[in-house]
Amino acid sequence: MFGISSIILYLLLFVAVYVQIFFLITFIERRKETYRRQGKLNLKKYFSTTIIVACWNEEKTISGTIKSLLNLSYPKDKLKIFIVDDGSTDHTWKIMKKFEKYFQVKIFQKENGGKHTALNLALDYVDTELVGCLDADSFVDQYALERITSYFEDQETMAVSPSIIIHKPKGLIQITQEIEYYMAVFIKKMLGLIGGIYVTPGPFSIYRKKVFDTLGKFRPAYNTEDMEIAFRMQSNHYKINQCHDAYVYTVAPHSVRGLYKQRLRWIYGFLNNTIDYRKILFNPKYGNLSVFSIPAGVFSIIAFLYVFAMLVYNFLNFMINKLIQVNTVGVNLNFENLNYDLFFINTQSTALLIILTYFLIITSIVIGTRMYKGRFSVSVRIIYFIITYSLIAPFWLLRAVYNTIVKKQPSWR
Amino acid sequence: MNQKIDWKKYIIVFFITLFLFILGFFISNSINGQKLEQLKSIQDTIAIDILSSEIQFSLMGELSCKGLDDSLLSQELNELARKLEFSESNIDASSDEIISIRKYYSLLEIKDYLLMKQLSKRCDFKSDFVLYFYSNESNCGDCTRQGYVLTTLRKKYPTLRVYSFDYNLSLSPLQSLISIYKIQEDPLPALVINEELHTGFQSVETIESLISPELLETAEEDLEM
Repeated sequence: MFGISSIILYLLLFVAVYVQIFFLITFIERRKETYRRQGKLNLKKYFSTTIIVACWNEEKTISGTIKSLLNLSYPKDKLKIFIVDDGSTDHTWKIMKKFEKYFQVKIFQKENGGKHTALNLALDYVDTELVGCLDADSFVDQYALERITSYFEDQETMAVSPSIIIHKPKGLIQITQEIEYYMAVFIKKMLGLIGGIYVTPGPFSIYRKKVFDTLGKFRPAYNTEDMEIAFRMQSNHYKINQCHDAYVYTVAPHSVRGLYKQRLRWIYGFLNNTIDYRKILFNPKYGNLSVFSIPAGVFSIIAFLYVFAMLVYNFLNFMINKLIQVNTVGVNLNFENLNYDLFFINTQSTALLIILTYFLIITSIVIGTRMYKGRFSVSVRIIYFIITYSLIAPFWLLRAVYNTIVKKQPSWR
Repeated sequence: MNQKIDWKKYIIVFFITLFLFILGFFISNSINGQKLEQLKSIQDTIAIDILSSEIQFSLMGELSCKGLDDSLLSQELNELARKLEFSESNIDASSDEIISIRKYYSLLEIKDYLLMKQLSKRCDFKSDFVLYFYSNESNCGDCTRQGYVLTTLRKKYPTLRVYSFDYNLSLSPLQSLISIYKIQEDPLPALVINEELHTGFQSVETIESLISPELLETAEEDLEM
């Protein structure tokens, strides 16, 4: 009754639905922990904190990034801002110098050596309880830091990540990323709740200083040092949390090429960090991360590639048949089939299960959007997101898998 | 510390997913069941129409051919053919139910063919008949192309009667038809055009040269570009 390709498709659909249901059940179970806090908090304790901004040729955004840090709703004497110029060749250093007058700001300059070297240089000077990083193309919400640091009242929490939102999205590529990032608000929160986070992103993840004192500083890690540190923490049983109502706005790639390069770096980093930390995989000692988060991440790559291969195969088949038809009987522009009979709607179980999977993905987007905006309105942007990602994501996934096999590391930019 | 794994949750999620899958299969089966019922109902209508024509023909003998309309029946057979073909690729071509519908459809085709042949002789209908033998096995590389040719001709000449038969269907009247016209499995496709056997792929032009000039005049000009 079923061919091998059908069995594989059913298995992939089963796991895809399973993962989405897992998130939904977690959401229902722990819904109270996903509410948005309003305005300023009155914390019992304000931890002393240093934020490190590593920059390389960021003259367009660095000023806004530093200003957003200076505007944080956080006691001035508890916050230090370290800006590191990693050998910029534009006017970044000149702009940084203008901020030297603020007593909280300390600036550093070094030869170009990669983001992790810039972060590590600043780490040598950190003497606060908490230390965070902020990419120089990101801007923080006024309340982001106090909301994040509130999670450190739990003594076991070692790092906390914020919700990342696209800064003023324009054009199709940024708009599709906006929807993806809303979905990530929901998914990352769920991963945080089950202890399954495997990346503490560059934009405004905050760590206890103890993390670096005990586990060491950032590593090159295939240009994904923010992923490697999370893997290292998890492998040492350090708790990572997700603060869904701390918002950081990041400038997203605006071209297909830019997005492709960014994602290639991320997926390559994910695959290679997973290989490096393979001892975690399916080892229940490491909690949900080992049996759910990382396997689900690897699975999504396999599923995406398989579905893409199937689509390409079906499309080629269709085109070959059309070509044979045109060769045999010529072009026939007869539109009688427009008068469609409901009989011809595909009602195979696979078609229904694919619809169910998309429905669950859209549910994640809706919940994520509501968690950020407090409301959700139906938007055609979801369709853009699904179509655009279905068409272009397989290319960076394929390339990342290929690069992993031939051990070729993609460049940063 | 890493959180402890809540295995109970994993099992609950498994059963919820399983339930959704079973529900998906159930809905799909029930809709497909309705589709098969629709096919059967079209077949019943055709069977009644053929039977009516036969009875009417027997009653009236050669005296009158009035009221024997042949156009509606061929449309119904065409609709059934399209829906059956879709069901074979979208439901399950190997299911007993679909095979049985395919057999019944083939029987109706043969019955319609015999009746129409009689009618055309006795009532002076100008009908051309094409019997098309194909195979779904890999040994018929040209069957797809031949199918396109016949679909085009059927659209172009609505009164051309094309009856298609799966060579491998185990149905005794069909096997009789195959032996009457001495059709071999190799090469397929095989076409019997107005009682004459033509093996291998036949183009639109070749078939047009074999059908009656009266039929060619009925061509719907706007169909071809």
